[in-house]
Amino acid sequence: MKESIRYLSLCGLLGYGYAPVSLKNALSGDLDFVGVDAGSTDPGPYYLGSGKGFVKRLQVKRDLELILPVIKEKKIPLIIGSTGGSGAKPHVESVLEIMAEIAKEKGLQFKTAVIYSDLSRDFLKEAAQGHLTGCGGAPDFNPDNVDFLCNPVAQFGTEPIIAALKQDVDVIVAGRCCDTAVFAAYPILHGFPAGLALHAAKIAECGALCARPVGANDSLVVEMFKDHFTVEPPNPQRACTPDSVAAHSLYEQPDPNCFYEPEGKIDLSNCTFEALSDRKVKVSGSRLVPAEKVTTKLEGTRLAGYRSITIAGLRDPSAIRHLSEIESGVRNAVAESANFVKENEYSLRFLRYGLDAVMGKLESSDYPLPQEVGLVIEAIAPTQEKADALIGLARSKALHQGFPDRKATAGNLAFPFSPSDFSGGAVYEFALYHITDLSLEFMPEIKVIQ
Amino acid sequence: MKLYDLAMVCRSKNAGPFQVTIDLMFDSAERYQTVLNSPAFTVETIGNLYQTDPEKVAIKPFERILTIKVVLARSCSSGSPLDSDVYGSQQHFPLGNLEIE
Repeated sequence: MKESIRYLSLCGLLGYGYAPVSLKNALSGDLDFVGVDAGSTDPGPYYLGSGKGFVKRLQVKRDLELILPVIKEKKIPLIIGSTGGSGAKPHVESVLEIMAEIAKEKGLQFKTAVIYSDLSRDFLKEAAQGHLTGCGGAPDFNPDNVDFLCNPVAQFGTEPIIAALKQDVDVIVAGRCCDTAVFAAYPILHGFPAGLALHAAKIAECGALCARPVGANDSLVVEMFKDHFTVEPPNPQRACTPDSVAAHSLYEQPDPNCFYEPEGKIDLSNCTFEALSDRKVKVSGSRLVPAEKVTTKLEGTRLAGYRSITIAGLRDPSAIRHLSEIESGVRNAVAESANFVKENEYSLRFLRYGLDAVMGKLESSDYPLPQEVGLVIEAIAPTQEKADALIGLARSKALHQGFPDRKATAGNLAFPFSPSDFSGGAVYEFALYHITDLSLEFMPEIKVIQ
Repeated sequence: MKLYDLAMVCRSKNAGPFQVTIDLMFDSAERYQTVLNSPAFTVETIGNLYQTDPEKVAIKPFERILTIKVVLARSCSSGSPLDSDVYGSQQHFPLGNLEIE
């Protein structure tokens, strides 16, 4: 039975990078495992929907290239969570390919446990029959969406990772999973209290984000004991303080006093944070209130159309003053000319940077007009070709649209680029962000990557 | 004084694709209490500022680090066709403009 566990969180997100000195310093003591979270819903629904990663292949390769030889040499597992950014099968496969490339280049082989988290249509149909509850403010699930969901996944907890750890592998490549599962599975498997393990994991999954200066692009070392854990950034340029670690409980969380995982509610209300040095903090008192029934969060997106945009600036004071008239003129002209798309099949949007593009109608426009305004016109339509044609129409109409007191009769817009229009590709929206009480099982598949 | 000027940190960020959370951190217990106890700082006022149902607004004080967390519903989900702030990181206004007595 282990008395303590020491692990490394490589960085806040695989591909964000970490300082080589962090890895070197972390290796000055024995490590039991290395973990890294690779996923987030922050960049929006596009990445899950399209099957693409939001961190580029070369960034991911750099981060893996440094650590893979180390875990082989030290014979400790590397655990990657929500692989490829969103953890659906195309994301997982893209990272397995990068690993194969590294294995080939370095003459290594990795016994790998792959845990897919993709959901079947049959399961979703069953779940839609009253087994889905909106998560984090999501509206009720629309059962009509079952057939249209792109890359639906479940966000599993520690169990499948514990099962993979028991198989004595070099690398665990997990599909979509809870950020905490990456770091809590090993301590829970070795009998450490789940409340502490999950709280430590919650901090660790962001890398050195709990340190000062903050660094999602750097590492964190965690030591777990039976009644507390400690956190310390291995990079000497950073430090953890009781306040910096406590403040991390706020980050992207609706409640600073507790958070929820499939295992239950982690109660932080009696948590204490104590400085062990000027860089290392001891945390104790985190407690798990086990869930009565294990639930799982599901995620999925649906295609909302295809986007095309044009970008331009306005300097003419009269054009800026009459931008709303220009907009309605453009809308009418596009509606008249666009015979290739039905009026209810597309949308046009005018984002007026400098006026109200960010806050829209939430703030009053009762202030002096700016000298310049940035304008993004966006079209969303059922196909890329239609969106491109709509933006072509809107752009030329906006350039020449008349309005009262127009003096600059040669053109209303300054285009910074030629071509002035950009095809934005598919637009997705989250359509599944719900908790299910149905039980799901995810089994690791063993692959040898060489 | 405006809330933005009273706070040491005034920031917003998504808490999942359907909610946004605004963190207000203060450098003194006095300012923290002033805001928390202000009659202007209520779920009704905040709901009104963001044109959302006050029932979808929550105020969560975290005294240990003199921070107040405000959680509210997004008007549309992150990255969906109507969204203008995918990460939700510029949503701390209009709350920042709220006058605190």
